[in-house]
Amino acid sequence: MADLTTNVAGIRSPNPFWLASAPPTNSGYQVQRAFEAGWGGAVWKTMGDPILNVSSRFSAVSFGGNQVAGFNNIELISDRPLEVNLREIEETKRLYPEHAIIGSLMVEPDRDKWHEIVKRVEAAGVDGLELNFGCPHGMAERGMGSASGQVPELVRQQTAWVKEVARTPVIVKLTPNITDITFTAKAAVEGGADAVSMINTINSLSGVDLDSWNTIPNVDGKGAHGGYCGPAVKPIALNMVGECARTPGIDVPISGMGGVSSWQEAAEFMLMGASNVQVCTAAMHHGFRIVEDMIDGLSNYMDEKGLASLDQLIGQTVPKYSDWGDLDLTYRVAAKINNDVCINCNKCYIACEDTSHQCIDMLKDEDGNDILRVREDDCVGCNLCSIVCPVDGAIDMVEVARKVGDEPMTWNERQQLMANAGSNQ
Amino acid sequence: MSNHRSDAWISTEQLQENFAEVNSPLSTTHAVKESNRCLFCYDAPCIQACPTGIDIPSFIKKIASGNLKGSAVTIMDANPVGASCARVCPTEELCEGACVLNGESEPIMIGDLQRYATDWAIRNEQVLFEAGPSTSKHIAIVGSGPAGLAAARELARFGHQVTIFEADDEPGGLNRYGIVSFRLPVDIVKWEIDQIVNMGVTIRTNTAVGKDISPEELREQFDSIIIAVGMGSVPELHMEGEDASGVYDAVDFVRSTKDGTFSRNLAGKRVAVIGAGNTAVDAATCSTRLGAEHVSIVYRRTKNEMTAYPFEFEFAKQDGIAFQWLTSPVKIEKNDHGEVSGLECVQMELGEADQDGRQRPVPIQNSNFMMDVDVVIRAIGQERLQDTIAMFGLEHTDGVVTVDASYAASEPNHFAVGDVVFGSGQGEAMVVSAAEQGKQAAYTIHQQLSAGTQAAG
Repeated sequence: MADLTTNVAGIRSPNPFWLASAPPTNSGYQVQRAFEAGWGGAVWKTMGDPILNVSSRFSAVSFGGNQVAGFNNIELISDRPLEVNLREIEETKRLYPEHAIIGSLMVEPDRDKWHEIVKRVEAAGVDGLELNFGCPHGMAERGMGSASGQVPELVRQQTAWVKEVARTPVIVKLTPNITDITFTAKAAVEGGADAVSMINTINSLSGVDLDSWNTIPNVDGKGAHGGYCGPAVKPIALNMVGECARTPGIDVPISGMGGVSSWQEAAEFMLMGASNVQVCTAAMHHGFRIVEDMIDGLSNYMDEKGLASLDQLIGQTVPKYSDWGDLDLTYRVAAKINNDVCINCNKCYIACEDTSHQCIDMLKDEDGNDILRVREDDCVGCNLCSIVCPVDGAIDMVEVARKVGDEPMTWNERQQLMANAGSNQ
Repeated sequence: MSNHRSDAWISTEQLQENFAEVNSPLSTTHAVKESNRCLFCYDAPCIQACPTGIDIPSFIKKIASGNLKGSAVTIMDANPVGASCARVCPTEELCEGACVLNGESEPIMIGDLQRYATDWAIRNEQVLFEAGPSTSKHIAIVGSGPAGLAAARELARFGHQVTIFEADDEPGGLNRYGIVSFRLPVDIVKWEIDQIVNMGVTIRTNTAVGKDISPEELREQFDSIIIAVGMGSVPELHMEGEDASGVYDAVDFVRSTKDGTFSRNLAGKRVAVIGAGNTAVDAATCSTRLGAEHVSIVYRRTKNEMTAYPFEFEFAKQDGIAFQWLTSPVKIEKNDHGEVSGLECVQMELGEADQDGRQRPVPIQNSNFMMDVDVVIRAIGQERLQDTIAMFGLEHTDGVVTVDASYAASEPNHFAVGDVVFGSGQGEAMVVSAAEQGKQAAYTIHQQLSAGTQAAG
């Protein structure tokens, strides 16, 4: 069986699955239940100056009858006294010494305030710290969370202040509510961060009630933007992890999160460069027990792939992630429709005919049965038909020969060639 | 009276097709959609409803996440014959009947999903369990049906040395010989047995206790003995003409379709099956598949009293089986060749309730009539294996071995599980219940042997 033990910048845990700083890690009772269920670590719900919360707080987006495709919240950081949190951290760490507890912190951009909270939380016995520069709602209006996380200099400065006194590894949690996350990730590294984590939630409004015209959620008829997470945000998070993993100068471990619901997304994040993953929405939807399949599924996957430890998985896809300009312009794939599997819903036909490149023909075979056939020469290999196909194995995207005379060439190579040709004239 | 239909014929290919598994497996698309429809209930009623307590939401979640090995392990961990049960469990009375989506929409297709995950494990030749570190304890299991196999698997996981004694040519008991192959193909049963044999369990086939080895020898050589011998033949009807050629025992009859030779070709024949339990339905549907022209189930009570599962009843109707309710056979007619040529029956009506609370059927005077049949199959329950029970000196009631809650029988270190402890008033005898009993007996034995070792050490 594969070794799932995890090391994120010196923070060790029995497996790569941590609960993210969020409602599931609000108390010692919850975190202890989580460790009992098998979670490798927990990032304690963000501690700072006590705040007040509102009612109601959460809302979700369902899609096509599937509940919680996305999740939105306007809950703030911990509303419990700091000393209560610290006492429970100490107790939980004593009961579960092998599991990682990371203290999430958020205070105003003030050197003394950072020094004080770092010292107090480390004294409770945490294995590491996570600086919350990501929460987009509420706290941001007070200059904290994503408000400071959107300013690279504030990220660098506050990280540096923390590093002046921290004795445990410091993870900087980044906001996705920014044009290019690599700027703030670099700033964190310049400030001395031992690791970065991403993504925090994305500014969002779940919906509007069509009868009351209230926002969803609303507090006595009034709404405010929240933070979006859950399965729907995975592609956004995965890209940000990949961009940071491949960008020079961000050479610290990444703790990845955003839509991790099963071992499969966890494996994707790790292939894309994350040293571990953090989870919240899936646990909120189903309970802590989901970690059993996460561990079992990842372990079985690694056995099947012949991998002995997570090092052999982490980052393997990063060298394959590049810029558009480095993609081969003459490489071709084309759709192939397997009519023996096809159920003749014609979704591929209409998608291609109306919205792509009009290369699927509706025909009859010699027995008069309806069949669909791709004109390979006209197919641009966009994948749309295979995306809308509801049946496994009915459409394959297959590699086809380059067009006659074509050699492999990227856009960047082509521009270089043309520039050279120009300068030779 | 009966016609000689010797010119009727059915090909071997047709027979093989007729006896191929009737239910199609779920496609991947369907399985993924269905597994994602599962709510993943906490403290789920489907788990409570499963006699072996399979963590059903967990195995379904694992199908959804693509962890098919994990899914198969979750199933087979709780139920050593989980691939068979995926096909033969009366799921609408168990897990699917308990699904919270009943009434809300449709219950999750738990049985089909269980088959999807175990089929994957079979197809991919997965080894799901290993034997525990070897102990020096030896356990004999008499009978290799689902109860015996389940006990063997669990004992092997604890590291005990297990020997199964099986009187038949091949192991598997009811699952191998008693369940029709179009419900449960033999290959599935063989895979489950291979899994257990590969854990170091020895199965001695063609070895009947009392003939090839004595109970005394077992007692000398083994620390514990589990009796899992099942039940015997179908009792005789005790009526005139029963010695005719063409009168079969339903259990033997089903068995004859499971060795691949289909020796009882019924092409063009007319068949009457006596009884209306699940075995009667099996005999009737096997008859149709063997080419019978017409098959009737003859039952002295009504549809309301029949013991076959509703889905079996539906299945029989779809196979074109006729039901003669309130009809009781009185005499089998023979022709000059000693073959069945007809069945004389009498019409019944329901009278006073008997001890079971079921209304007793009473013959209607002068209502006798003839059924034109060439084959009579009796499916009126099975005899208890009293001789075997007596051989071990176990206490019993009418052939039902007396056991306590841990399946311990009256003799020290003797346990009994499966049909041999299945008495009246316990509902339906199910493969899944037999498996659970086997597991429980294994746990008791392991506890006792472990305690003994500790005391000795």
